[in-house]
Amino acid sequence: MPWFIKTKTEREAQKEISDDIWEKCNKCKAHVFKQDYINNLNVCPKCGSHGKITAYERIGMTLDSGTFKELNETISPADPLGFIDGKGPYTAKVDQARKKTGLNEAVVTGTGKINEIAVVIAVMDFRFLGGSLGSATGEKILLASNYACEHKLPYIIFSASGGARMHEGILSLMQMAKTCAGIARLDEKQLPFISVLTDPTTGGVSASYAMVGDVNIAEPGALVGFAGRRVIEQTIKQKLPDSFQTSEFVLEHGFLDMVVHRKDLKNTLSGILSYYNR
Amino acid sequence: MSEFDFEKPVAEMEKAIEKLKNINSDNKTDFNAQLADLEAKLIERKKEIYDNLTPWQTVQVARHQKRPVLFDYIKYIFTDFIELHGDRHFGDDHAMVGGFAKLGNEKVMLIGHSKGKNIEENIKRNFGQAKPEGYRKALRLMRLAEKFNVPVITFVDTQGAFPGLDAEERGQHEAIARNLTEMAKIKVPIITVVTGEGGSGGALGIAVADSVMMLSYAVYSVISPEGCAGILWRDASFSSNAAEALKITAKSLLELGVIDEIIHEPVGGAQTDPQQTAENIKEVVLKQLKKLSAYSATKLLNKRFEKFSAMGKFNR
Repeated sequence: MPWFIKTKTEREAQKEISDDIWEKCNKCKAHVFKQDYINNLNVCPKCGSHGKITAYERIGMTLDSGTFKELNETISPADPLGFIDGKGPYTAKVDQARKKTGLNEAVVTGTGKINEIAVVIAVMDFRFLGGSLGSATGEKILLASNYACEHKLPYIIFSASGGARMHEGILSLMQMAKTCAGIARLDEKQLPFISVLTDPTTGGVSASYAMVGDVNIAEPGALVGFAGRRVIEQTIKQKLPDSFQTSEFVLEHGFLDMVVHRKDLKNTLSGILSYYNR
Repeated sequence: MSEFDFEKPVAEMEKAIEKLKNINSDNKTDFNAQLADLEAKLIERKKEIYDNLTPWQTVQVARHQKRPVLFDYIKYIFTDFIELHGDRHFGDDHAMVGGFAKLGNEKVMLIGHSKGKNIEENIKRNFGQAKPEGYRKALRLMRLAEKFNVPVITFVDTQGAFPGLDAEERGQHEAIARNLTEMAKIKVPIITVVTGEGGSGGALGIAVADSVMMLSYAVYSVISPEGCAGILWRDASFSSNAAEALKITAKSLLELGVIDEIIHEPVGGAQTDPQQTAENIKEVVLKQLKKLSAYSATKLLNKRFEKFSAMGKFNR
């Protein structure tokens, strides 16, 4: 039912008011003042759980104020397969995602400065179709790495994605090879690539650019893994512990350099890049 | 004999032919003309069916239990195979096989997913589902090929990379991601043939190639039709719809520019004539090898980069 027909129950109306003032932590379920939550960079002040943030919020807290210049913002999804699933056409989902987020794709790319160090940055936004990697997403990520190559700049990608975008079929799978080909070029030119994995980074994104950073950093408690928990549980016929596929789990197994609190990320990034001596 | 539901129309004809043949052996007159006629019709009808397989029917052919596996192709078209083992970090993954081999007069590095043909073999080879050590072995062998200056030929046939606890612990994501990145830099020609199932990242992990070919009834997809139906239709019984929507057949992938050529396999599927299928693969791979070996390393890498850069369709 469309929202404008729906009559609000008293409870829903109350909830709406409380949503304006309160934020409920997904992890510890505590209610915290929304303003406190926002001031704390969408990290729960009670338990430290890192909530999701939008691409522009991330850019705002990472880059020096006023330095961001967006690249290729008009690139948007096509519908190469004419894909229709049980819930309707892919194009309708894209339209909905664009309206909801104001974005044209699940990634925002551009240039800017981190504590005065010039970088190229790509930030995924989970709200846009689960941050899924489609043709336009892959194109933007590749074009940003090409830009970094051309201008000899470090490249930083913030991932937040469930994986490849099924609605674009094999073409979404090919974006994994495409984006990695871009990373390979940076490597050949000895340019730094830092991958920041945020909640969640799984499937085709963890199995492509997100895992091949010169330095891999994750936010605390982020879901980082290749296969889905349910698929693995069905395969091995046993229940997996809660800690499975968390940043801390992946750090322990040697695939991350560090797990860093959101408030410390900016200085960590500039700190690492300050050692780049070319 | 027919084994798929969609072959039912020819099953009756096959039975009739069998009967005629039996009579013929007792009483050697009259039946020959009738038999020849029926056999011709059977071939025609079967061809018609196979020319019009739905994507979901193609999946069934690609997964056929008797479909040739890597070691069949090694037996039919490769000689002097020297298998090399291990990733030098953790172990030797029997779901991923590789080594030096000769294809005709060409010396190559052959790497491929290895499915078994019975339950014992499949347990040993984990049903062709490689773990991180498999992908790392593959990369080690590609680098060795680069050092020895021989081209790499990969055979893809996997449901997908293994989704297990141990695979996650050892970095299945990193292993595949590393291959995708490093394959962009390997300075010898890489040729991939998708012979059966091209299952997502598990397939792509050895398929970032200068030329990618597919057998006519192979499939290559970002997710299995069952998995996609479970997520987007919330019901795995919509697998046929998902297979259709995902565009996973060789013909679709050729149209989408993801593969370079379709390698013909016999009507009825590769398992009906593995030798001929293998010969068809050999012919096309040798042709591609000849073309690619004319390029300098720089040109080869630039073309590989351009090829994958151009993948995808979007609006500007």
